[in-house]
Amino acid sequence: MHPILKLVAQRIALGILLLFAASALIFVGTEILPGDVAQSILGQTATPEALANLREDLGLNESAFSRYFNWLGGVLQGDLGNALSNNKNIAEAMGKRLGNTLFLAGWAALFSVPLAVTLGLVAVRYKNRWPDKMISGVTLATISLPEFFIGYLLIYFVSVKLRWFPSVAIINDSMSVLEKLNAIALPIAVLTMVVLAHMMRMTRAAILNVMQSPYIETAELKGLTPFNVIRKHAFPNAIAPIVNVVMINLAYLVVGIVIVEVIFVYPGMGQYLVDHVAKRDVPVVQACALVFAAVYIGLNIVADIVSIISNPRLRHPK
Amino acid sequence: MANPLVEIKNLKIEATVYPPGEKPHDIVIVENVSLTLERGQVMGLIGESGAGKSTIGLAALAYGRGGIRLSGEIFVNGRDILKASAKSLRKLRGKEVTYVSQSAAASFNPARRLMEQVIETTLLHKLSNKRDAEARAVELFAALGLPDPENIGRRFPHQVSGGQLQRVMTAMALCPKPDLIIFDEPTTALDVTTQIDVLAAIKNAIKETGVAALYITHDLAVVAQVTDEIMVLRNGKMVEHGPVKQIIEAPIEAYTKELVSAHSIEHEEKPPRDNPVLVVKNISASYGGGVQVLSDISVELHPGQTLAVVGESGSGKSTLARVITGLLPPSQGSISFDGKELPKALKQRSLEELRELQMIYQMADVAMNPRQTVGTIIGRPLQLYFGIRGAEKRRMVIELLDQIEMGEKFIDRYPAELSGGQKQRVCIARSLAAKPKLIICDEVTSALDPLVADGILRLLLDLQKEQQVAYLFITHDLATVRSIADSIAVMYQGKLVRYGPKSEVLSPPFDDYTDLLLSSVPEMRIGWLESVLKSRKMESAGN
Amino acid sequence: MFRRIPISAMIGLVLTGAFAFTAIFAPWISPYGMAEIVGDVWEPSSSQFWLGTDNLGRDLLSRMIYGARVTIFIAAAATAFSFTFGSILGFTAAVLGHRADQIMSRSVDLLMSIPTLIFALVVLSVLPANMLTLILVMGVLDSTRVYRLSRAVAVDINVMDYVEAARLRGEGTRWIIFREILPNALSPLVAELGLRFIFAVLFLSSLSFLGLGVQPPEADWGGIVKENKDGIIFGIPAALIPAFAISALAISVNLVADWILNRTSDLKGGRG
Repeated sequence: MHPILKLVAQRIALGILLLFAASALIFVGTEILPGDVAQSILGQTATPEALANLREDLGLNESAFSRYFNWLGGVLQGDLGNALSNNKNIAEAMGKRLGNTLFLAGWAALFSVPLAVTLGLVAVRYKNRWPDKMISGVTLATISLPEFFIGYLLIYFVSVKLRWFPSVAIINDSMSVLEKLNAIALPIAVLTMVVLAHMMRMTRAAILNVMQSPYIETAELKGLTPFNVIRKHAFPNAIAPIVNVVMINLAYLVVGIVIVEVIFVYPGMGQYLVDHVAKRDVPVVQACALVFAAVYIGLNIVADIVSIISNPRLRHPK
Repeated sequence: MANPLVEIKNLKIEATVYPPGEKPHDIVIVENVSLTLERGQVMGLIGESGAGKSTIGLAALAYGRGGIRLSGEIFVNGRDILKASAKSLRKLRGKEVTYVSQSAAASFNPARRLMEQVIETTLLHKLSNKRDAEARAVELFAALGLPDPENIGRRFPHQVSGGQLQRVMTAMALCPKPDLIIFDEPTTALDVTTQIDVLAAIKNAIKETGVAALYITHDLAVVAQVTDEIMVLRNGKMVEHGPVKQIIEAPIEAYTKELVSAHSIEHEEKPPRDNPVLVVKNISASYGGGVQVLSDISVELHPGQTLAVVGESGSGKSTLARVITGLLPPSQGSISFDGKELPKALKQRSLEELRELQMIYQMADVAMNPRQTVGTIIGRPLQLYFGIRGAEKRRMVIELLDQIEMGEKFIDRYPAELSGGQKQRVCIARSLAAKPKLIICDEVTSALDPLVADGILRLLLDLQKEQQVAYLFITHDLATVRSIADSIAVMYQGKLVRYGPKSEVLSPPFDDYTDLLLSSVPEMRIGWLESVLKSRKMESAGN
Repeated sequence: MFRRIPISAMIGLVLTGAFAFTAIFAPWISPYGMAEIVGDVWEPSSSQFWLGTDNLGRDLLSRMIYGARVTIFIAAAATAFSFTFGSILGFTAAVLGHRADQIMSRSVDLLMSIPTLIFALVVLSVLPANMLTLILVMGVLDSTRVYRLSRAVAVDINVMDYVEAARLRGEGTRWIIFREILPNALSPLVAELGLRFIFAVLFLSSLSFLGLGVQPPEADWGGIVKENKDGIIFGIPAALIPAFAISALAISVNLVADWILNRTSDLKGGRG
């Protein structure tokens, strides 16, 4: 087997292992309470009967170990269990919302990634001149802004004052793609701004790192035009770091989406998770967290695989 | 009269520096340098670090690294390149003038095959079609003595050794048939036995193609082999300029005389007295359970004497030092110090045993904690080993500073405020403070300019005479060995190939490797390269 | 050391100082009580209520001042916790090496494989919502970042020749950690301290905004945003004020941290 295939296989295997470990950690996270989960869910005023029922529902009479494996076994067969609050099947309730979240995240990525990489390139091209300084100033500012500040600022001015876009992002199946996009325009804008700064700054650093290599000097001394220096010598070496940057930021976007969904009352996974945390609906919280962790770990695996594949030392071993 | 190929008039090179906590200010790197180079002529630029020789080399391409400003006039093929447009500069670079850097390993794009990079300039400037360019590259690979010239171009940079890459880079510079090549320390990063082959290949290529060259180096002996003329630079100014023969045999300026006579410390071999202070017996060692890096090494060292351990990179000489200090416990064998067997691992040794065996490092600036003053650095062993504190400690630190010819005024300075030579002196003082019987010196002069290195060697010799301390001197530099050793151990691939008193080791008959090593050290003599290549017994080892 | 402070750092220092002052002396400078209903719902700003009133008719300025106290206290406590915990573990891992390092580093990898906010939500779904819980949860989760940084810095320093020289000299582990490694690791860690604090402020605000952080009637700035967010669609900007305060605090600390990082990143300069 080619060594690179072996490395990729190893990385995927490690990712899967990590996902299992993460599932255990999520499970343990809901077990760390010193007292009784049922008591904490129902509060001090709960009747003994209600407590006993809930304990039964949660399987608290069994050991934590066997509960974990029951849960994991169910998850592996696509059964995420039922919600405590309304006894509905979690997988069914989540399916639609997951689609909505991916729809929003996908469009946000579609806008932010090309924009960030382009602006990162501009910053490198005009290093230490005003475009670069402006970009780094804006970066410093936006990194410090919470999502809800940008969100409500946009709602207040763009939606309430100017009435350009709706302040609430409600979508349903009967809407056309264009109508949907109109509905989620502001959430996309917020998500873009949130990840843009990081992605731009990291892209800039990744390209600058490559541009400072001696082989770039060699290319310049060969008489190549600046464009060709970048296209032929910088770009092939910058792909891996840039893809890495993009993946890390998409992972960041997955988290940012939780808050953005709450701001715009968007019917996605984030909203679903937050609602059920407040209701202390443990099975839903565990299921949602597992899905978020899976996406997050998956993106990190992709980033690592790209950097393995694009490394000439690994692709062409001695 | 036809124009000369290159004419530099009153070149001035400046840069703005941004020291932390200070206002940015301009510094002059090179001032008032003028030179003329005819077609086919080879000129050497020589000087110590900070002489500005590399920036002059790049100036011939109208290129300044990191915001360097060039002023004056530089004519190449009759036009002033400092006033040329970006477009006309691109024609100059790669077509008329090409560049060979010190580190070929970093100068090749790791993501592309060698052939693509070698013929890139030829295709870019439309000098020939791809087939012809590749054919020429293969010819050049063969002429430069690269193995498998037909196929080596298909490899990636990381698949080729350092010495070979340096030759591929020379081929890359020659491929577009330029008028001038700038060689910027092309052999400095190589082992000595590899250097000689690359040097011969470069010299040969220059002769065959009739290209002109600027050869930049700090090593006068190297430059004497390949150039017609030499310009000596110091602190950005020209010191002396003349034909090779005159510079080597009859230098005029005092600084040039010093450079020519560097490495000429004479040291009489002393016969061993007393019982040996260090006995290394049948030592074998390996890293992390894997490859064996030392096999069956046995050496002895007597008080007041110097044992030089010589070898190229990978010979195991530094590993030997790690074994003796206890950082790497050996897998076999024993080490006795002053007649007693030393525990193998550092942790098992007593403070007294540690005190008697001190070490000095190659890179003095990372061997000292940057947050401690010179006084703290030198005073610490006094306190740790002898419990000396306060005024008494300060008095003794000053005494030590006097011994290393630096004096009291340095006591409150930080390492960052010292020059390279001063840093190494402080490290010497720190080891002397422990009053050791043996000091291991690991390449202590390799990072220093030749004249500074000579100063350090003299100091070490004087201290040895006064205090009868023994040195285990690890180096790759045979000139240093001649200057300081009483006995020599030659190492090659983890084995001891030759060991004995200096006079014996350096006298024939030689084994093949020692012969190769000794003959590869450049001598400051015109025609040395040719005579050596004829009389060699063994192909170079390291490439 | 206060010579030549750049203007941006000066602004940062002054604002950070002002926020700290507000937090410490909140009861003395706020015009009204924190939970006191003094007017109508969402009154606009007037000479009586400088920032207007909130969704229940409480003085917004007073709530903001008390909010500063809660926000800064929890964030600072969580940062202090994550720093002590993370850096001690990081240094220990670097100096001990081998198995201890492996175990600690892999556990941190695992903890970081789940997004911080998501993991916090998981834990907060079962834990009682009070300040101590918040500080501990935020501190533990953030200490993973501190651990990684301090371990990386210490590993770099640990292989320097001067540390080896100290070992060869016969120095003990304590001398090596406190005299050789710590003085050289301090400046990157101090700069990181500022960034971690900003992160803690933003994180706490996000949790409170989601209704899972500080519980009413106590409020931090994120909580005040949540209380007043419904006013936005009626054109009442009350929620923007606490959001703006969060940003201002984060930016000013960022300016200071940036300055410290630039000033000390160059070790060659000596004393720093």
